[in-house]
Amino acid sequence: MPEIEMTVNGKPMSGTVEGRTLLSDFLRDMLGLTGTHIGCDTAQCGACTVHLDGRQVKSCNVFAMDAAGAEVTTIEGMANADGSLGAIQAAFQTHHGLQCGFCTPGMVMAAAGLLKENPAPTEAEIRAHLEGNICRCTGYHNIVKAIQAAAAELGAKPIAAE
Amino acid sequence: MYAFDFVKPSTLDEALSALAEDEAQAISGGQTLIPTLKQRLAMPSKLVSLTGIAELKGVKTEGNTLTIAGATTHAVVAKEAAEAYPALASLAGRIGDPSVRALGTIGGSLANNDPSACYPAAALASGATIVTNTREIPADDYFQGLFTTALDEGEIVTGVKFPIPEKAHYQKFIQPASRFPLTAVFVAKYSSGVRVAVTGASEDGVFRWSEGEEALGANFSPDAVSGLSVDPDGMMADMHGTAEYRAHLVKVLTARAVAAANG
Ligand SMILES: Cc1cc2nc3c(=O)[nH]c(=O)nc-3n(C[C@H](O)[C@H](O)[C@H](O)COP(=O)(O)OP(=O)(O)OC[C@H]3O[C@@H](n4cnc5c(N)ncnc54)[C@H](O)[C@@H]3O)c2cc1C
Ligand code: FES
Ligand code: FES
Repeated sequence: MPEIEMTVNGKPMSGTVEGRTLLSDFLRDMLGLTGTHIGCDTAQCGACTVHLDGRQVKSCNVFAMDAAGAEVTTIEGMANADGSLGAIQAAFQTHHGLQCGFCTPGMVMAAAGLLKENPAPTEAEIRAHLEGNICRCTGYHNIVKAIQAAAAELGAKPIAAE
Repeated sequence: MYAFDFVKPSTLDEALSALAEDEAQAISGGQTLIPTLKQRLAMPSKLVSLTGIAELKGVKTEGNTLTIAGATTHAVVAKEAAEAYPALASLAGRIGDPSVRALGTIGGSLANNDPSACYPAAALASGATIVTNTREIPADDYFQGLFTTALDEGEIVTGVKFPIPEKAHYQKFIQPASRFPLTAVFVAKYSSGVRVAVTGASEDGVFRWSEGEEALGANFSPDAVSGLSVDPDGMMADMHGTAEYRAHLVKVLTARAVAAANG
């Protein structure tokens, strides 16, 4: 079986996969990064959202071998270097942007995807961007509030050197 | 999923020779094929990824023609076609959701020819040319019914050439659970005439509404279609809408598209 390598949350990772191994399964089962949740496994719910070479994707709808050599960021990569919650994560906590938390990793990754493209989104733009992320609990209002707060917080900070 | 091998060539030639093998199949964005594989509705022996092939990506405008390479994602079209062909860019920017648009491609959408997909409507309404590794196929000959196209086994969509219209608009009446259109209409006005293509309505897939085209050719205004009626015979019917409802939508969405195209 083929061995693949990719950079996950800034660290080189490798593992043996089959052609049919999904990126979501590679992250969870091989690398133990279980923060990426699998809700539907049919590309509908967005719980499995990660970033692949800087683009937001549903990891249950990508083959691991297609992601070989890529840079992947998961929810585990969203915390600050000291382990404290990153700005988007902290905003979800402060604004009660989660209840059961199942959708939250995907919501945070989608929010990060949005803020990278559009650092000051309107409420309508936030709601449109979350079209592929389903939450069974919150009714979305507090998720939207959290993303607005994160945008304000990140916008207020000077852009750190990459 | 059944087991298969996976290869990711970096040139079109390598991809084509891999695809020449028995039961080999192309995979581009995977946004349609992976769900299909999960349901065990396909059983390829080998998947040949088109995502690593630079020559299959990009958007360019030459004169009055916009050419989109086969493995260009919806997200890239939404951005890079915005100036040359805004109605097409707007269509691409409304497919599915951001994650689907980051991976899904125009070639995959046109090869699949889902009866409710967006791009087939744009290609047909624009009188686009589907370019493959072996030939060029006019859109009017390319779409051949439900999930059926003129493509031969192992033939790859390498690009699509869109003549740029004077005015155009895509009206997508969304089915919010799937995010596909329930029914959608693409109207494009050229100096040679008006073309109207409808998706998400007919049991035979995308089609041109010729009566509407004629009326709009004489008078490009929403009123031009108000006296017409669309035959519900042969329209799809499901829990989201009856055949009559879809037939009605064709007319309403056409009128709205014209109004929007006229600004
Ligand atoms: C949640 C969700 C919402 C969606 N919403 C919409 C929507 O609103 N509107 C819409 O139109 N679509 C929608 N889609 C479908 C999406 O646009 C797909 O990206 C597209 O239909 C297929 O493109 P792909 O690149 O992902 O193809 P793949 O899934 O990789 O392939 C699909 C088929 O095409 C073949 N193929 C792929 N590329 C080529 C090529 N270059 N030449 C020849 N054959 C090829 C494959 O062998 C396969 O049979 C949605 C999908 C999802 C998961
Ligand atoms: S688990 Fe991937 S979209 Fe639901
Ligand atoms: S918090 Fe429970 S699904 Fe969103």
